[in-house]
Amino acid sequence: MKEKLQAIKASADELISNAQSAGEIEELRVRFLGKKGELTAILKQMGGLSAEERPVIGALANDVREAITADITNRTKQLENAALAKRLESENIDVTLPGTRPAQGKRHPFELVLDEFKDIFIGMGFDVVSGPEIELDHYNFEMLNMPKSHPARDTQDTFYINENVLLRTQTSPMQIRTMEKQKPPIRMICPGRVYRSDAVDATHSPIFHQIEGLVVDEGVTFSDLKGTLELFVKKLYGSEARVRFRPHHFPYTEPSAEMDMSCFKCGGKGCPLCKGEGWIELLGCGMVHPQVLENCGIDSEKYTGFAFGMGLERSVMMRYNIDDMRLLYENDLRFLKQF
Amino acid sequence: MKMPLNWARDFAKFECTPREYAERMTMSGSKVETYETEADEIKNVVVGKILEIVPHPDSDHMVICQVDVGTGEAVQIVTGAGNLKVGDLVPAALHIAKLPGGVEIRKGKLRGVVSNGMLCSLSELGLTKHDFPNAVENGILVLDEEYPAGTDITKALGMDDYCVDFEITPNRPDCLSVRGLARETAATFNVPFNDHIPSVKAGHGSSADMLKVDIENDELCYRYCGAVVENVRVKPSPKWMRERLRLCGVRPINNLVDITNYVMLEYGQPMHCFDYKYVNGAHITVRNAKSGESIMTLDGTTRDLSEEMLVIADEKGPIAVAGVMGGEYSGVYDDTTTIVFESAMFNGPSVRTTAKKLGMRTEASGRYEKGLDPNTCDLCLARALELVQMLDAGDVVNGVVDVWTQKRDERRILLRPEGINRLLGTQLSKDEMVKILLPLGFVMDGDEIIVPSWRWDMERDCDVAEEVARYVGYNKMPSTAVRGIANARYTPRQIFDKGLVDALIGYGLYQIETFSFFSRKAFDNINLPAGDKKRNAVVISNPLGEDTSIMRTTALPSVMDVVARNYNARAAECAVFEDATIYIPKATADELPTETEVYTIAAYGDNYDYLAVKGIVEQLAATARVSNVRFVRNTEGTTFHPGRCADVYAGDDCIGVIGEIHPAVLSNYGIKPRVCAAEINVDALFAHAGTTPTFKPLPKHPAITRDLALVADTAVAAADIAECIEKAAGKSLEALKLFDIYTGDKIGEGKKSLAYSLVLRAPDRTLTDEEAEGTVKKVLKALEAINVTLRA
Repeated sequence: MKEKLQAIKASADELISNAQSAGEIEELRVRFLGKKGELTAILKQMGGLSAEERPVIGALANDVREAITADITNRTKQLENAALAKRLESENIDVTLPGTRPAQGKRHPFELVLDEFKDIFIGMGFDVVSGPEIELDHYNFEMLNMPKSHPARDTQDTFYINENVLLRTQTSPMQIRTMEKQKPPIRMICPGRVYRSDAVDATHSPIFHQIEGLVVDEGVTFSDLKGTLELFVKKLYGSEARVRFRPHHFPYTEPSAEMDMSCFKCGGKGCPLCKGEGWIELLGCGMVHPQVLENCGIDSEKYTGFAFGMGLERSVMMRYNIDDMRLLYENDLRFLKQF
Repeated sequence: MKMPLNWARDFAKFECTPREYAERMTMSGSKVETYETEADEIKNVVVGKILEIVPHPDSDHMVICQVDVGTGEAVQIVTGAGNLKVGDLVPAALHIAKLPGGVEIRKGKLRGVVSNGMLCSLSELGLTKHDFPNAVENGILVLDEEYPAGTDITKALGMDDYCVDFEITPNRPDCLSVRGLARETAATFNVPFNDHIPSVKAGHGSSADMLKVDIENDELCYRYCGAVVENVRVKPSPKWMRERLRLCGVRPINNLVDITNYVMLEYGQPMHCFDYKYVNGAHITVRNAKSGESIMTLDGTTRDLSEEMLVIADEKGPIAVAGVMGGEYSGVYDDTTTIVFESAMFNGPSVRTTAKKLGMRTEASGRYEKGLDPNTCDLCLARALELVQMLDAGDVVNGVVDVWTQKRDERRILLRPEGINRLLGTQLSKDEMVKILLPLGFVMDGDEIIVPSWRWDMERDCDVAEEVARYVGYNKMPSTAVRGIANARYTPRQIFDKGLVDALIGYGLYQIETFSFFSRKAFDNINLPAGDKKRNAVVISNPLGEDTSIMRTTALPSVMDVVARNYNARAAECAVFEDATIYIPKATADELPTETEVYTIAAYGDNYDYLAVKGIVEQLAATARVSNVRFVRNTEGTTFHPGRCADVYAGDDCIGVIGEIHPAVLSNYGIKPRVCAAEINVDALFAHAGTTPTFKPLPKHPAITRDLALVADTAVAAADIAECIEKAAGKSLEALKLFDIYTGDKIGEGKKSLAYSLVLRAPDRTLTDEEAEGTVKKVLKALEAINVTLRA
């Protein structure tokens, strides 16, 4: 019997290792291990063995069964692996073909830069507010120390709706609206559209964007104004950016200043972008005029504040090296897709 | 304000390069825009002395000159001009010289004779006869003063000075003068300010006997000073004066007119001179114009005057518009023998209003409207008379007629160092502050600052703080970062907006920005009916042009313009949106309009049909957590295709419209492909936005799916069928999906087949088949009511 068992094992080994399909393997399993299989047939004859032989042969038979089972498992695995390998090979594609992209639009460059400004100021504790574009003369000029016939009005050619209503020429009226509504401490920025009667060309537009800023609290100083705006510029343009402040005049701030930043293209050496000066004018600013605080019912002996205002167009154009402002309002997709 | 540096040096001796000057003045508060010298354009042109002139052998109009150019060796130059004689001093452009306009001169041969350069005329040097009245028009410029041969011509002609152009802010009208800027210069460079006090030598007679002045309106005229000059000798003014005027951009005319301009530039005071014989009655009255009066101004235009305008009148009528422009007879003519100089002060806002109304802003009106100093009218008049004597331009009559109605009283500001330090964040001592103020003309009296009359911008602490700060140096002051708790954050509405804009971009739309105003024609372009309420727009009273004359009440025309532009640029596909503000007028014009945000979407291309754009709007509403959105067919509109348009509702509020653009509108824009568009009011959308969602447990029991193929009349709306199914199925309907639509022969004319998949589930148990069948039966029964049946 021992020989028979070994013969079965040898025969099974060979046949299984040569099997070429799952079906063949199944046939072999039935042939050797099935209820009517060869091994079962042998085991059925075990009754005729002596008590000494029975455990020996039994153990051998079990070994053979396990060996065949293992053969089957291994061969099955082998065949599966081979099949998988074949499938993978057949499924080879050109992985450099263009992908199928989901549709994706883009933000307008104004919004891209504005978002950055807003995020920086939020991080510095400034609320972001907005206000009416069609505004009262009262807020746009009079409360900002520019009564009717004030010569400073000439620097802002104004679109009027009627004598009292106009298209705001600046975002500064939101200083007044904010201070009327909210008592100090105040820390806000107000981005928005403003209007001036300038014909359209490469550097002018009757509509443009400004960002106003206002801080009012006890003990706010001109030094704070400097430090705050310096920090803003460094956050926006990197720590190597330098700023300088020049005296200037605005009717609603005193002292007033203009802030330049070192030209980011040449680093201050002078180049065509900065017209050889090494500096680029960035914004106007100053300490809120005490009269303006008083106009809004804020005690100017207790509180001080600073304000600033900057144009967005210039920053956007410098950021992306855009040489013509008209492109920003034409919305040619070939332009918009670049950002 | 242009200022030649050498003129400023009359008042303050400073030495530096022009660049350094510009830099330091800018940083102390007088912003320099540009600085330039005419000498930059002229190189290697020198004074030449004609030594010999011989005719050209081969030309009857050219001559050969030997010219001494200071090198010791005569240079031969051929010229065609006929106005030269031996001994003349002329501008000689030598080999490789540069002339204005980028002209380069090199040696060459003229009809075979060597010419080592060129002798120059006025125009070749960029000058005109106004600058050199004695020069011949069509010939070589012959210098009328002695210079050594070889002197650089720009030096000889006074073209080598640097002219600095300042941006003067409206608060500093005193800096619209050389004297004012020189005072700032002296303080900036820490050198003494040498003020000039004019001295007029005694003349003859008395101005008061010859001229009477009355001010009728002392609200609008603060002071009027007049002086008489007899036996005027009208001639060109001297070269130094012409040079300075020219550098400042003022055309020299004659000595008397030049004096008025010179004094204005030097002292800031507009001056005027009248021909005495045209001042009827020798009596000047400063008064308001009378109704119906008019005046022909110096520029030859007749102007109607109105009663609020201030005029200078003689006994017959107005002879000048006060502070703006003189009348035709107020000037200096060939037959003028006696003149009246005017140095007066008028109310700024009044001059501004008058000049604006008459449409003639002049150099004088621009100065008056900023508020000049009435206290120096007499000083400026004295300067003019001093110059008359210096230039021998006439005989000064003694005395000045001075009517002074409003004096600037002394203004004092208490110097509070702590108040200034509080504003600046500095710790400066009182002494440091005083040291800054004194050179600027402020006088200290104890703790009080006496403000000079030309600095009427100075009112309180903050003004003093600026003076201190700009002379300490803005950039030398401390820089301190913001302090306090930063508790800012975006508002829910700002977060909502950003989320939706991001979503729209995620759907493939490009964000655009268009103008907030447009033409009335924009409404016609979108075929808005005549009476449509959107045509009621805010009107700009002084627009740049018709194209930008009204504030938009819809952004659709602007967005369609963008679509058309991209179509014309041959974009195969275009999908854009604007987060647009629209402006809806209120009942009265003095109420501010309502400003509303509207997402205005438009798209064309293979991927964009009505349902694609509707899908975008649905998805947007879902992102905004607006759950009650409905689309209601709108067949009324003229902007949209009548069969492909729906109003968008959230609950009972109409929040927008969506549709395919009407072919007639497309043709207005010249667009061929179908365009679909939507306008969604963001304010309304936000009002319906859901709050933070509440978690629902995941289902524990399996769902049953039933598919129904239904047949309906084509006119039955899918939305109505869905609503009917939802109502009938009740709570157990978890999801309803329309997965197929069929129209065709198999179901017959006027019918459509819709295949729905219903997912049914109970939260607390496994639904039985019987229960599912029961629900389906209820649904089918309900559908019968709207004539929808199960497909056979």
